[in-house]
Amino acid sequence: MSEQLYWDNIEVGLEITPLVKIATTQMLVKWAGASGDFNPIHYDSAYVDSVGLGHVIIHGAVKRQWLIQLLTDWMGEQGSLKKFSCQYGGMDYPRHMQTISEPQAGETWLCKGKVTRKYVEGDLHLVDCKIGLENGKGEITTSGRATIILPSKTTSTI
Amino acid sequence: MLPEEIKKLIGTSGKVQFYEVEKGAIRRFADAVDDDNPLYYDEEYARKSKYGSIIAPPGFFGWPLKQTRGSPLAIDIPMELESAFERAGYPLSLVLDGGMEYEFFLPVHAGDVLSAATAVRSLRERTTEAGSIIVAFLDTTYHNQAGALVAKQQAMFVRRSLNPLPKEPADV
Repeated sequence: MSEQLYWDNIEVGLEITPLVKIATTQMLVKWAGASGDFNPIHYDSAYVDSVGLGHVIIHGAVKRQWLIQLLTDWMGEQGSLKKFSCQYGGMDYPRHMQTISEPQAGETWLCKGKVTRKYVEGDLHLVDCKIGLENGKGEITTSGRATIILPSKTTSTI
Repeated sequence: MLPEEIKKLIGTSGKVQFYEVEKGAIRRFADAVDDDNPLYYDEEYARKSKYGSIIAPPGFFGWPLKQTRGSPLAIDIPMELESAFERAGYPLSLVLDGGMEYEFFLPVHAGDVLSAATAVRSLRERTTEAGSIIVAFLDTTYHNQAGALVAKQQAMFVRRSLNPLPKEPADV
């Protein structure tokens, strides 16, 4: 966890500290068990062939949770996520495993974002952001928006 | 045209479902996406935080108390909607997750039992190169055991048809 972020230090255009992620076939199996999404397009190559997809695909919800982590890591423990949205615009494919715990070399994803608005509503100090997930080719395959509540140095929130 | 039996479900709600937010389930959910925030697994750390106990990552609302055995999805799509899609030729095997929207009101703590009701907000049919698709927006509202509103969710799903349009003859 990084240092606490304060509303006072935010400027429109400020870049959110990026978050680097790697998806593996192993991760997708863990995600299926943890999320309850057991659609075989996320782990079964033979099934994937039979429905005409080229490769097992990463669950949209994995990419959603990566983008949520981008925000929760950045805003720190005193911040809170008020609104979040994302749209899945392109498919992403996990790395295969090299060893029992290590992935093969391959694609790395980057979660990133920017502040688009800074404002006060009632007692709340708010920041709107634009967020996105960039694949290894530099394409945004998931994009979204978020509103977070941050502590302010000038106004006590209690 | 949207099949009539699907169209009539717009505006209807599924049965209220209950979700238990277990500590171990939170840990596995966060671990599966490599999120090592101690608020999700470290009791001592979470106790000293403003939350006072372990919380779930935003986006996790627990595991259904009552689950349909053998279902490929633990999170329920309203049963009436699911069977109407199947009958109209838009099977679950051709569903695509389109996106998600959340508004959060209260943190979800380990030990919470949430109630959730899902309503069919809109269903729109579109014709694409790959055939007919239905874009479905489902609204879910989560309340905790104290009756307080925890979160609102809007999920977008794309249902593809089993019967794609015949391919246009290629231009000579």
